[in-house]
Amino acid sequence: MKIDPLSQARSAGQQLHHFHGGLRLRHNKKISCQTPIEKTPLATRYYVPLLQHSGREADATVSQGQKVLKGEQIGCFEHLGRGCIHAPTSGTVTAIARHPISHPSGADGRCVVIKPDGLDQWKELEPIDDWEQASPAELRQVIGSAGIVGLGGAVFPTGFKVNQASERGIHTLVLNGSECEPYISCDEMLMREQPGSIVLGARILQKAVGASRTIIAIEDQMGVVNAALFRAVEKSGAETIDIVKVTTIYPEGGEKQLIKVLTGLEVPSGGRPTDLGLLCQNVATATAVARAVTEGKPLIERIVTVTGNGVRKPRNLLAQIGTPISNLVDQCGGYASDAARLVLGGPMMGYALSTDSNPVIKAANCILVLSEDDIRPPQPEMPCIRCGECARVCPSILLPQELNRAIRNGLWDDVMELGLADCIECGCCDFVCPSHIPLVDWFRFGKSELHLLDQERVRAEAARQRFEAREARLERLKRERKKRIEDKKLALQENSSKQQKIAAAIERVRSRKSPKP
Amino acid sequence: MITAIILITLLGSLFGLGLGWAAGKFRVDSDPVVDQIDAVLPQTQCGQCNFPGCRPYAEAIAAGEADINQCPPGGEAGIQALADLLGLEAKPLNPENGEEKPRTVAVIDEAVCIGCTLCIQACPVDAIVGAAKLMHTVIEAECTGCDLCLPPCPVDCIEMVPVTTETGTWSWPRPATGEAG
Repeated sequence: MKIDPLSQARSAGQQLHHFHGGLRLRHNKKISCQTPIEKTPLATRYYVPLLQHSGREADATVSQGQKVLKGEQIGCFEHLGRGCIHAPTSGTVTAIARHPISHPSGADGRCVVIKPDGLDQWKELEPIDDWEQASPAELRQVIGSAGIVGLGGAVFPTGFKVNQASERGIHTLVLNGSECEPYISCDEMLMREQPGSIVLGARILQKAVGASRTIIAIEDQMGVVNAALFRAVEKSGAETIDIVKVTTIYPEGGEKQLIKVLTGLEVPSGGRPTDLGLLCQNVATATAVARAVTEGKPLIERIVTVTGNGVRKPRNLLAQIGTPISNLVDQCGGYASDAARLVLGGPMMGYALSTDSNPVIKAANCILVLSEDDIRPPQPEMPCIRCGECARVCPSILLPQELNRAIRNGLWDDVMELGLADCIECGCCDFVCPSHIPLVDWFRFGKSELHLLDQERVRAEAARQRFEAREARLERLKRERKKRIEDKKLALQENSSKQQKIAAAIERVRSRKSPKP
Repeated sequence: MITAIILITLLGSLFGLGLGWAAGKFRVDSDPVVDQIDAVLPQTQCGQCNFPGCRPYAEAIAAGEADINQCPPGGEAGIQALADLLGLEAKPLNPENGEEKPRTVAVIDEAVCIGCTLCIQACPVDAIVGAAKLMHTVIEAECTGCDLCLPPCPVDCIEMVPVTTETGTWSWPRPATGEAG
């Protein structure tokens, strides 16, 4: 029997499937779900990084000493469409300076430093009064200009994503609420407390991209979430929204893994879910969309889980982008006496921070403080014994042991063929490796190297073209000069021959006039 | 017998004509080996190989007039790539041609520049803009770091600076562990 993949994609969610590999991990989520989401108080300084996306730093659109209002644009960049960064509160720009930012390199980055005036005064907001009457293009334009990025952690510009989706044409919008990484609970708390906002965001997104239905995917572990969302959907009266519970297996919250679970289909290597007529967005992104459209507010805050055994009172905070992380930890009772490591993101995919003066960024879903007991003592790395455990757990169906060998030996053609680009850096292979090989570190290094090689090729090609163009120009100039000289010579010759003719004529006349001897 | 001879002769001339036609139709103008070698070279156009640019060096290698270890910007990796391409043994970089260095870009001290245009004429990739008696400047993105603008400058106002690593250009380091996989 022939199965039409598109019809299978359309029936997404009716029957659940499995993705390859994955791990069942301890959740450790309850500790941060005991208290409601708290708002962070006004900080004394905000450090808003100009780099919160892949690509180059944004250009600051404000200058030192300038007064800004909450939500005013302070930075702008061109990366997959036009992106903006907005002021988290009203106040004065005291500097645009280098400051530690939350980046795996640990390097400093340029930040717009804002000293709040304490008024927290919004700029003049221009919400869309009745979004149901607005055109999809108008909605997409608002989403694009509100600085919204994917809040699941990938920070892919949402404006670009929805534009692309509406161009390609999609039938199903998937809202990803399956937050599978241990410790992180910001999406779960959001779904508990603001289900209405998520459903509103889902309806707006559905209209903006022209999808005919929406699936909100949640985990089977999230007890009260299901009921809360169900009530919100009923209240909104939307008939095109379904809630689907998926089994909690890390990393089923990965975009491609979730789609496999919902449809049984694989997103092709190098492809996007739009190839299957699906668009995947995080639930927090949907609330940001709802806020941008119905209230006119840009993305300047997000929910951050502050958790781990190294912090006294783990909880979820609604934090302004640019708030120093130390403020958040203080609000959660400060560090426990055995706090040992500060991680941005979860235990599987996060990276360690060297200082807590780093600001909250759009990608910061979790601040994890691990205690000494949590940290596995560093194990000596042993040679690969080719046990194949890594391949068994890999959710992207790759061969990590082969990739590891190819990267170490710099066999970049092999690395590409083995599909390094499809690695989602989930850390499953790392976790199960009996030889304690830091596989994900190698894969990140490999991706960087491939990127550099690619850049090198682009640069060499540009240099070659410029060199050849210059050679051609020099050659042309040489030819032209030669031709000019020859032309001149010819002209001179012609000139002289003319003069000779005149002289001869004069001579003839003279000889005729002169009396014959 | 006769038919066989006639048939073979006919077939032979037919194929001959076909081949002759194909040779003209699918003619390759430039030497593909030169193109392949040129594609491996780093296109710095620095002339450290003693040839006036990467393409001439590629032509010399193809003609057997130059060795494969004369390109310092390409470095060990470049020599290896050339060796793989041509089926030769890799060998260490010839020290007479220079040594492998991290990538640099030229920066003109604009306060000192007198606007003589000599560096503009020297740049093999037209990466310097300016006019006579007006300040010159380097287009950083186009500079290949070839050093060719340094000797002609009469006031020594050009400096080669290493490309700085920032968050935008940062890349993950090679993991420190030494155990082979």
